[in-house]
Amino acid sequence: MGVTAFFPAIAEIFLAGVSIVLVLAAAFGGEDGKASGLMRKLAVASLIITGILVASYGNTPSLAFGHLFMTSPFMVYMKLLVLFGATIILLMSRGHVAADNINRPEFPLLILLSVLGMMVLISSNDLMVLYMGIELQSLPLYVIAAMRRDSVRSSEAGLKYFLLGALSSGLLLYGASLIYGFTGSTNYGEIASSLSQDVLNGGVSSGAVIGIVFLISGMAFKISAAPFHMWTPDVYEGSPTIVTAFFAVVPKLAAMSLFLRVTYGMLGSASDSWQQVVVAIAMASMIIGALGAIMQTDLKRLMAYSSIAHMGYALVGMASAQAEGISAVMIYMAIYIVSSIGIFALILTLSREGTAVTKINDLAGYSRTHPLYAACMLIFLFSMAGIPPLGGFFGKWFVFSAAVNAGLVPLAVFGVLSSVIGAFYYIRIIKVMYVDDVADALDQPDRRTNGMIILSMAVITALMVFVLSSLREGIMGTLPYIAFIAG
Amino acid sequence: MGTITLFHYLAVAAVLFTLGAVGIFLNRKNVITILMCIELMLLAVNINLVAFSTHLGDLSGQIFAMFILTVAAAEAAIGLAILVVYFRNRGSIAVEDINVMKG
Repeated sequence: MGVTAFFPAIAEIFLAGVSIVLVLAAAFGGEDGKASGLMRKLAVASLIITGILVASYGNTPSLAFGHLFMTSPFMVYMKLLVLFGATIILLMSRGHVAADNINRPEFPLLILLSVLGMMVLISSNDLMVLYMGIELQSLPLYVIAAMRRDSVRSSEAGLKYFLLGALSSGLLLYGASLIYGFTGSTNYGEIASSLSQDVLNGGVSSGAVIGIVFLISGMAFKISAAPFHMWTPDVYEGSPTIVTAFFAVVPKLAAMSLFLRVTYGMLGSASDSWQQVVVAIAMASMIIGALGAIMQTDLKRLMAYSSIAHMGYALVGMASAQAEGISAVMIYMAIYIVSSIGIFALILTLSREGTAVTKINDLAGYSRTHPLYAACMLIFLFSMAGIPPLGGFFGKWFVFSAAVNAGLVPLAVFGVLSSVIGAFYYIRIIKVMYVDDVADALDQPDRRTNGMIILSMAVITALMVFVLSSLREGIMGTLPYIAFIAG
Repeated sequence: MGTITLFHYLAVAAVLFTLGAVGIFLNRKNVITILMCIELMLLAVNINLVAFSTHLGDLSGQIFAMFILTVAAAEAAIGLAILVVYFRNRGSIAVEDINVMKG
């Protein structure tokens, strides 16, 4: 024991300490744009230092805080993705927070606190830590959704997000309480061994199965999978665009990581109890995401349905209940966040005479006024639609082949069909950009940061194919540690 | 007189939880009622946890319940704050008025 016992959580402890210091600094500092600019820089710096700490403690799986907290290569991978997404979005927020009238020092602070919650969530090894992590992640998110205090839409988005988020926490907790009651522990490892005993002795008790279903419903809310998706379009549309970009990328990663860990780690031996549920959620998400997006005219709302569909595809990999499925989901999420960051960075640059616009028709003739950005958008959209040789194609290829190898052929066929439907609305945007006439030209963007981010994300999406095989091998090496460490 | 068993506690908690969940969707009047329904769900979970804790002779259920109580207070504070902001913008907190965006 001694101080080394805290080392597995060193990155989280650092981030928590920095957040508290910055809260105090924000309370005594100014409210003006200069203070929030400084706060954003400090937040970016502390996220980068946290990333270094995460990576440096990485590769030895270990427990801390009396088995409540765990770190392993799988979690390091997920945490680094979360930190990468949050850092890029904070960098992107420069300039846009002022345009959206949310230029206050609290904005980067709330993102820091939310990222801390996500890291705790990813590392949780106990139902109590799971709950604390999920709430620490969600409470700042409710606030930043409603951050634009003078806008009805923003506060309505915050209110809807809060109400449905609180409902999902309730479902998750009810499930957690039943699992605790029927297995006798809140620790993932002990729950797993109790469940594997039950499986040997003739089956998991029905109380535990009900608990598992409630727990999965609560987590499905957090990744906005159908049929728990109804908050997503409204929250995405109403929130300030920079906040929408954050919602589309970072919390999804943390919740998906938790989902993987709970299903494969805690409930791994009881996979018969959750596999059918995950299959149903995946099918519903894919078809609702594909059909719901067709009629949309607003880019942010369209991205909401697109994210529902993509969570469905990721769940196809999870439904396989095999190691191949986990690695497929991990790669899929990495590709998804790269393309999403790119698309949102591009949406943020759209404006006409200084006013931000988000309608699809505003992109008419975009390829003639902004040829380079239009080409990047083309890459992102083709990747999201799953057209080779871009990253998104291989993401889909891996999840579907994992499902086929697990014997879930109908699910994979269904996924391919809804992916074809989904391609329609991505290609419609491309048609508007490349074929339609210029109606009313958009402004030339003057913000360099976004241009750099768009270009680099497009390059990563286009060249992903060359690193995928080594990435996949690296990920396969981390898998033995996903479940839990005995003892 | 029958004794009160674990089953009775679980039944009460299940009824309370269902009331809370149904209340969220059936209520058409006021957002405050929805907040009350959410509290009802969380307290049903607490009854479950404390009953299981006593039944199993394991303290962690009661510790879990304390955590839930604390976080529920923070959650209610944030929810009411968002509600106040919404009321200032819209002038109403009736559920049927939360419809600026379709969905």
